[in-house]
Amino acid sequence: MQDLKVSLIEVFSERHLVETFDELTLTVDSQDIIKTCLKLRDSFSFDTLIDLCGVDYLTYGQSDWNGNASASGFSRGRNHQGLEDRHEQRFAVVYHLLSVSKNKRIRVKSFVDEAEPIIKSVTDIWASADWYEREAFDLMGILFENHTDLRRILTDYGFKGYPLRKDFPMIGEVEMRYDEDLGRVVYEKVSIEPNINVPRVIRK
Amino acid sequence: MAEIRNYTLNFGPQHPAAHGVLRLILEIDGEVIERADPHIGLLHRGTEKLVESKPYNQSIGYMDRLDYVSMMCNEHAYVMAIETMLGIKVPERAQYIRVMFDEITRILNHLMWLGTHGLDVGAMSIFLYAFREREKLIDCYEAVSGSRMHATYYRPGGVYRDLPDKMPQYLVSDFRTDKELKIMNENRQGSLLDFIADFVKEFPKSIKQYDDLLTDNRIWKQRLVNIGIVSANRAKQLGFTGPMLRGSGVAWDLRKNQPYAVYDQLEFDIPVGMTGDSYDRYLVRMEEMRQSNHIIKQCVKWLQENPGAVMSDDHKVSPPKRADMKDDMESLIHHFKLFTEGYCLPKGEIYRTVEHPKGEFGVYLISDGANKPYRVKIRAPGFAHLAAMDEMVRGHMLSDVVTIIGTQDVVFGEIDR
Repeated sequence: MQDLKVSLIEVFSERHLVETFDELTLTVDSQDIIKTCLKLRDSFSFDTLIDLCGVDYLTYGQSDWNGNASASGFSRGRNHQGLEDRHEQRFAVVYHLLSVSKNKRIRVKSFVDEAEPIIKSVTDIWASADWYEREAFDLMGILFENHTDLRRILTDYGFKGYPLRKDFPMIGEVEMRYDEDLGRVVYEKVSIEPNINVPRVIRK
Repeated sequence: MAEIRNYTLNFGPQHPAAHGVLRLILEIDGEVIERADPHIGLLHRGTEKLVESKPYNQSIGYMDRLDYVSMMCNEHAYVMAIETMLGIKVPERAQYIRVMFDEITRILNHLMWLGTHGLDVGAMSIFLYAFREREKLIDCYEAVSGSRMHATYYRPGGVYRDLPDKMPQYLVSDFRTDKELKIMNENRQGSLLDFIADFVKEFPKSIKQYDDLLTDNRIWKQRLVNIGIVSANRAKQLGFTGPMLRGSGVAWDLRKNQPYAVYDQLEFDIPVGMTGDSYDRYLVRMEEMRQSNHIIKQCVKWLQENPGAVMSDDHKVSPPKRADMKDDMESLIHHFKLFTEGYCLPKGEIYRTVEHPKGEFGVYLISDGANKPYRVKIRAPGFAHLAAMDEMVRGHMLSDVVTIIGTQDVVFGEIDR
């Protein structure tokens, strides 16, 4: 892996490359994603896109100990830590690449703007990106430019919202039931209350 | 001449060959598929969202429910991610137990695949034979974890408990005579390892039976040969892994190429296909079962000779002994802490992956230092395979769609998550 690291540093600048747990993470600007991916595929033979996902860094490093975690639950005084490592940009798109021929892996990470979470699609580079990008769009609301078929994939037909975003409630927003009088299925606002059984704590 | 137009056919979600809840919108010209649009998500349970709200240990059960025919392999990737981040060492015996159960799981998965694939294509009897052996392996699951499917057996730091010394036996019942009961319990007199050793000895005969039923069967070949051909390069482009990639002739197996647990100390071969059609993938999986059998044999031998701990003694992640809790304050505190708040992972991100029976199953975990994951992305092998459905079925007949669903070995628990 060290050879790969050395040759990567030659092409990309060193400050964008991090090594953790024997894994390499390359952070690139969202404008450069196509250029970077093409280079990784053609010069470093990363022939397979193993995974692509969106990450929402909205509440990164925040614990539940402040404020009302649930309607009737705890709200004990503990100043919450971790605000210092809030990410500047809210969303990230993470690509996991695999080189079957060279037996190497790399993670490419690219932050996108919160107001306009758009990034270029890599479907022309790896065909497998098609559904992964649809999934990231569906669950995280990240838009992929030049994707030919950016439809929702996992959620219900006519679903509203992006469920994996941190501001989307765990209990959802609507619930569904069969209405006898109307003779069809109706959507209503959820009737259950959010409940946290185990608070989220950060200990250093 | 009458005008002939393409028509659209809705396949599933309640179709016995749809392997669960696949809905396919097929555009058909006569009986030839022009386009297939899989609609997935009918089994979407929001696992990735739920996992964010639970302490790490409470989510192991969710992993079982992803690919619900290869439960323990899913757990393996998840616990490996946690262990690496915490930097805890797993006892060697636990590693062997994990590998043994990973391979049992692989056989379980492939038997399920073989039975249902056969059923889809019209071979009824293979299903019954496959489930005969599955039953025995499911009993191993039950003996070791108390559950026949959703084991939650792997835990960060090892496995929950050591292998039982006694294999559970069939009980007296009105439905069987004493003589039948005696035969049923014949190989259950010893420990679980003895039972598995007996299974491993008998299993090649069972594979031989499946082989006799299918491999040279004319109908089976007519339905599988040259159906859904994927070239090696295309397979990599499409993100194929596991038997789907090996069927196309790429010798890629994480157990060999990026070994985890104790796979580097075991001897086994990687079968590869030649043409990349459904028949090759069938042969690859059949051979994988034989290889798994071989691995289990080695694990049983090792486990019989090497008793020892199966759980890390770091009580920050593993519960202390119940007896210790009676008079040791520290154990009591550890126990309480572990089962209420859980443990915190250091800040960072990790991607850990295993060679799942279906391909590469990965867990991408981001931690912000809390007792719950910040984000977990599950990389399900079936997702990438199903995404290639359109490409694989184009130009084939309607009945071949069923073969291709079968050969992809899709399970919706992992695809829809």
